[in-house]
Amino acid sequence: MSMMSIFNVAGSAASAQSQRLNVVASNLANVDTVAGPDGQAYKARQVTFQTQLVGQMAGDETAAGVRVSSVGEDQTPGRRVHDPKHPSADGGGYVTYSNVNAVEEMVNMISASRSYQNNLEVMNTAKTLLLKTLQLGQG
Amino acid sequence: MLNRLTQGLDFQAQALSLRSERQRLIASNIANADTPGYVARDMDFAKALQAATGTMSAGQAMDARHPGHIGSAAVNLSGGRIGGALTYATSSQTSLDRNTVDMDRERASFADNTVKYEATLRFINGNVRTTLSAITGQ
Repeated sequence: MSMMSIFNVAGSAASAQSQRLNVVASNLANVDTVAGPDGQAYKARQVTFQTQLVGQMAGDETAAGVRVSSVGEDQTPGRRVHDPKHPSADGGGYVTYSNVNAVEEMVNMISASRSYQNNLEVMNTAKTLLLKTLQLGQG
Repeated sequence: MLNRLTQGLDFQAQALSLRSERQRLIASNIANADTPGYVARDMDFAKALQAATGTMSAGQAMDARHPGHIGSAAVNLSGGRIGGALTYATSSQTSLDRNTVDMDRERASFADNTVKYEATLRFINGNVRTTLSAITGQ
């Protein structure tokens, strides 16, 4: 029953995409976070995907799922704005914001949600086919 | 005699099994659309079916009359299910992360494979119905 592992494949991908969506959500929520007194503002996070074999037999490359291998932090310096009246301003009157790029995150969000939908559709199709297979010889 | 009855069914069963393998393969490609470095795979269906059944069309199964002959069942066991029919898809538009999944093509193949899977199901259903009506004779 090789179609059964389609649920594992598409399910793992949907789970990985939802984790990506989660990371995008926290990045977008922190887009205007300012640095504390230590000068460290929120750093944008990015997930990295990796192929994960989910077949019943070891080394079966035809059932390749996805998993999130790591969540990395973007190390570019944060946005600095001159605002001496801001309570978090440093000695030179600069405020450090987080390094989140809102446009990039929106694109990331659309891509993640489209991939999620794709995988759900794959699962639905597999389910329909399996149900029809169960009725084999009856109709 | 019974062999004749189920011969066509065997062929369709092999085809159905290979169709489900291909469905899984394409599902893996769609799942890995955003994985860096993933190389899309596909199967040469005609080749795989030929390797699995040892024939080109239904009702022409190989005869193993001589002890040295290899029957189609033996080929099927030793050659594996997909055999050498598994290939790599070449990308029409290369991407920076070396991922070669072409989503348009994969979706098209997925829909195509779904329809052909259902067609095979109908062939089997029709075969069963024909056999049943032959048995009952009504």
